[in-house]
Amino acid sequence: MNDAEERKLALSHLWVAFIAFIVACFMGEYQVLERSGFIPALDSPSAYFASVSTHGVLMAYVLTTFFIMGFGYYIATTSLKQPVWNKPLAWGGFWLALIGVVLAAIPLLTGKASVLYTFYPPVVAHAAFYIGATLLVVGSWVWCVIMLVMFVQWKKANTGQPVPLAMFATTMNALLWLWTSAGVALEVLFQLIPLSLGWIDTLDPGLSRTLFAWTLHPIVYFWLIPAYIAFYVFVPKQAGGFLFSDEMARLAFIVLAVFALPIGFHHLYMDPEQAKGWKLLHGIGTFVVTLPTLVTGFTVIASLEIAGRLRGGKGLFGWIGSLPWTNTMVLSVILSLLMLIFGGFGGVVNASYAMNGMIHNTAWVPGHFHLIFAGTTVIMYFAIAYYLWPMLVKKPLFSSSMALLQLWTWFIGMSILTTPWHVLGLLGQPRRISTVVYNSLLTLAWKPYEFMMIFGGLILLGSACLFIYNLAKTQFNASTEVFDGEIEFAEPIHAVTSLPEWLNDFKIWNKVIAVLMAISFGYPILQFFIMDTYESSSWGF
Amino acid sequence: MQTEPLKAKCGQVFRNFYAQVQAIHIDQLELKWITISMLVIALFVGVITIDAFFHGVNPPSKVETIDSASLHLNKEFAEDNLGVQVDDKGVITIRMVAGRYSFFPKHIDVPAETSLTFRWVSMDVLHGVHIPMTNMSTMIVPGYVAEITTTFPKPGEYPVLCNEYCGLGHNHMWSNISVIAKEDWKAPVKSPAKGGSNNE
Ligand code: HEM
Ligand SMILES: [Cu+2]
Ligand SMILES: [Cu+2]
Repeated sequence: MNDAEERKLALSHLWVAFIAFIVACFMGEYQVLERSGFIPALDSPSAYFASVSTHGVLMAYVLTTFFIMGFGYYIATTSLKQPVWNKPLAWGGFWLALIGVVLAAIPLLTGKASVLYTFYPPVVAHAAFYIGATLLVVGSWVWCVIMLVMFVQWKKANTGQPVPLAMFATTMNALLWLWTSAGVALEVLFQLIPLSLGWIDTLDPGLSRTLFAWTLHPIVYFWLIPAYIAFYVFVPKQAGGFLFSDEMARLAFIVLAVFALPIGFHHLYMDPEQAKGWKLLHGIGTFVVTLPTLVTGFTVIASLEIAGRLRGGKGLFGWIGSLPWTNTMVLSVILSLLMLIFGGFGGVVNASYAMNGMIHNTAWVPGHFHLIFAGTTVIMYFAIAYYLWPMLVKKPLFSSSMALLQLWTWFIGMSILTTPWHVLGLLGQPRRISTVVYNSLLTLAWKPYEFMMIFGGLILLGSACLFIYNLAKTQFNASTEVFDGEIEFAEPIHAVTSLPEWLNDFKIWNKVIAVLMAISFGYPILQFFIMDTYESSSWGF
Repeated sequence: MQTEPLKAKCGQVFRNFYAQVQAIHIDQLELKWITISMLVIALFVGVITIDAFFHGVNPPSKVETIDSASLHLNKEFAEDNLGVQVDDKGVITIRMVAGRYSFFPKHIDVPAETSLTFRWVSMDVLHGVHIPMTNMSTMIVPGYVAEITTTFPKPGEYPVLCNEYCGLGHNHMWSNISVIAKEDWKAPVKSPAKGGSNNE
């Protein structure tokens, strides 16, 4: 199959993702510098909040969405061994999303949309920001449709056959994203765009927060699933072993997608507009969704152990030493898991209903999600990029020792950045502040931690530059060597030849999600139309 | 009613499903791990649920609305009603207004080791309030009263910090609270607020 067009499609998406990433990394380093107060000339709330808003949008929406789309197209075409369905439509989605990003970037960079990536009303930004964000989401819906169509078409042509695991997981992610993005889409279409254009005068911020919470939790699973796909379908093979169980992997993706959705209220624990029973219900669901992560952790470690032993590792821990530590995929998964263990521990604190009160909206929160998102998840994006790049550009990776150095420095930098960030949270520092002006003794204790963060950020920035340099060199170097390797998916220990429908299709899970969402969000949204509520008019920032 | 065929059908579906689950390749060790994971999760969920139902450990969740745009006309949150008030039964209620960029009143004195009920409202945008080192933390959403009851164990001077971005002056949004040893604290001389419903 000639996949030149597919490779171009994937590369275009991935480049947009990584350019957004490197730009945002420079902003991140500026932010840690600014907020430390180390260079008084930098001090400026308007520049800081324009920067944090842009950094948040680029990292959380642009890097992730474009990466997932590009990765998904390539997974679909390679695992199903067929061309991407309706390529003009796919390109249409790409351009729509890209135009959206540019449209949103203008007000962001000119300080007209300093409302942060969570855009909590009634503070309102320039309408172009919301319209741009909408186009980005609509572009991603095009991708979802293409994934679902390719899935269904393949199943029709291959009746009774198990859909390849990589494609099954990608399709579950597309389904997850359609459901996830619906909440914020309702908020943006019915509240924010009309308010920012002056079509309506008021909105209910309680309803806005409820709709945003609908999106805010499952979106992190949307970002995380590519990392899990790599854990299951690339890592075992790269380590020299086998996938533990194909069916259990499917179950993990199903539980992840289904239970990530109806639990968003753990972002509203401290909110007055939702009652405690609903919060408790979502709190319990939050614990249920840790199950697939625990299973995934087990499977990854088990498949690494198999590989280590096949490579001659002996003893209880001897197999760890005999793993191929110089394989970028294997090194990434080890570092990723280390960050997941620490980050997961922090996550349990956040999720614990009442303990949340201590750290809610403190510096602990960005500390936590940089560790688990910028760490655990993004390091796997790097690993995937290093793995796919030679296949996409048909040239060998420019330097794999540079890649290994980059992965190590990302891990070290992230540890140095996020450890003091967590401590600052426990010491009461609020998140999202550009300077410390509180006239309180408490704040003296914050200083040394802020300095450490500058240092951690610097290492990360260097690491990010190495990453981009390596990819660019690989692609644009006038190398005569040709790379003709192909993507290799891990084999399960027990090959699956047939599967029950519920492990091989998404339609039944779509229904389950619909029921769960109706239960967990039905009344909490309806209540705003039943109660006597008072709306807010719009405010600038 | 013919329930027999229905029952038989359900039984059949269930048996099929069970057989399918049985056919999944699952390693013994993995099964053990999943069982342990489930037990741990059940334990966490159990503790939280019991805390919530029997010990009243709950976040602020009283769904009470208020018109943030006309707080100046609201009796409960009128200026001379703000701050600390003690009713005839000795119950302490503290009414606070959050607005860009401070909390009002800017300074209050409260007793340590005493149950305090805070009622926070916003007069403009979204805010959050946190008193570091304590669990006095809540979001203040315009249109809603955020009510939270808590106790401060240790006397001292504490900052009251806004912890949700509310505009470019967000950094400057803070006030003070003095927690005073129980025996040294005196109730402010003010008429007890009428309290209760707001928007009559
Ligand atoms: C060079 C490395 C990085 C540094 C130094 C850095 C630093 C920061 C800082 C200082 C903030 C502001 C937090 C606050 O004001 O409370 C921030 C926000 C944020 N960062 Fe990063 N960051 C880095 C990389 C990343 C990466 C790789 C991601 C995700 C892929 C990420 C995602 C975010 C998001 C979503 C926010 C918005 C948080 C909010 O609005 O509260 N960052 N970052
Ligand atoms: Cu505020
Ligand atoms: Cu604020």
